[in-house]
Amino acid sequence: MTITLESSCSLSPQVALRPEPFGALAYHYGNRRLVFLKHPDVVAVVKNLANHPTVGATLDACGIAAERRASFLAALDNLTKSEIIHVG
Amino acid sequence: MSADSLVSQLKRGLDAPICLTWELTYACNLQCIHCLSSSGQRDPRELTTAQAKAVIDELRDLQVFYINIGGGEPMIRRDFFDIITHSVDNSIGVKFSTNGAYIDGENARRLAAMDYLDIQISLDGTDAATNDAVRGAGSFDTAIAAMENLARANFGPFKISVVVTRHNVAQLNDFKALADSYGAQLRITRLRPAGRGADTWHALHPTADQQIDIYRWLLGHGENVLTGDSFFHLNALGEPLPGLNLCGAGRVVCLIDPLGDVYACPFVLHDEFRAGSVLDPGGFTKVWRESALFTSLREPESAGACASCGSYDACQGGCMAAKFFTGLPLDGPDPECVSGHGEDLLSASTATAPRPTKDHSRPVSLTRKPVRT
Repeated sequence: MTITLESSCSLSPQVALRPEPFGALAYHYGNRRLVFLKHPDVVAVVKNLANHPTVGATLDACGIAAERRASFLAALDNLTKSEIIHVG
Repeated sequence: MSADSLVSQLKRGLDAPICLTWELTYACNLQCIHCLSSSGQRDPRELTTAQAKAVIDELRDLQVFYINIGGGEPMIRRDFFDIITHSVDNSIGVKFSTNGAYIDGENARRLAAMDYLDIQISLDGTDAATNDAVRGAGSFDTAIAAMENLARANFGPFKISVVVTRHNVAQLNDFKALADSYGAQLRITRLRPAGRGADTWHALHPTADQQIDIYRWLLGHGENVLTGDSFFHLNALGEPLPGLNLCGAGRVVCLIDPLGDVYACPFVLHDEFRAGSVLDPGGFTKVWRESALFTSLREPESAGACASCGSYDACQGGCMAAKFFTGLPLDGPDPECVSGHGEDLLSASTATAPRPTKDHSRPVSLTRKPVRT
């Protein structure tokens, strides 16, 4: 796991999000990966990453309860592997 | 949210397709014996440049991320570059399938200069004899020449697209080695009895033993080999293959044919699966969201004869097109059901399989050129 609450992240400028009932589709125009964001809260977090200095601050701002933080960190970690979000 | 509920949401359909195939023309320089669209001759009613661009504008508004362009041979259209440029300029990536005949040095350089463009060169054998038996004399050399031109133009990683038949299953490792030698990506897909394939499927489709070989090979190569998620009927063999395990027809995928007719998927060019036309009032969007056909495809399906089979959750009853064009009921086993239920039904069936509705094959020449001896 490379993402922690102290990480600073942002959505890749090469990614487009399409809202869907389950959350959103994320498409990376560079590596051509299509990723399902399977919950509206994940979409909100991903969209807001760049507005806050750390992942922890973003999760707080989006109202993500403390007990859900671990699963959000895991989800964000996966999104760095597909390059949907960037660290730093 | 679990993966299962995502799949059930996808089955109920989305407001816009995820993956859309658009056959730009029925014209083709080849006459492959398994052609899914029975291509050959141009249809004079094919969409004009302006109509095609209007479709692209609509897809942009629907936030379709990319389109799969095919044919026929799409590069035959004189406005081919005009159309794909309009698409990428509107943030719709283009992935197009070609036999390579029109990828000369100049076109390769032109393609290499474009962003958001993927090219799939069709190849059905790693030697000329195997490939040309299906795709026609000279087509192997043509495809290799196109790959050489793309490599020389520094296009980057193009794709080699293979339809798996009983004659090339044994070459899967060789296909992978060929792709690797160009820094290309291998894509293998399932042969469907669509188009001219309806006539040749029985002789070309992999045997039951070969299906197990394909499954094992795909498990071994994981996500490095693209499949268009077309082998999900093999998931009944055990561990599921990577990808979405569902038939996306009319739910998350569809086909626009050269005339603008919208079908549930690229493999069901038949009136029964025609949902409407992009030229109808309301355009593609209305067809996608409101057509009676697509609405019915998004309703919960019946497992039918497969309901008592323990593997139904794994294979979902297989491919609708494969069943339809082999004359099998849609709520029953796939003709290539790995438990053999489809084969049993096929051998017992007296039903006549439906014929593809559109046929643009070139007429067979009755006067042959004299052969020099």
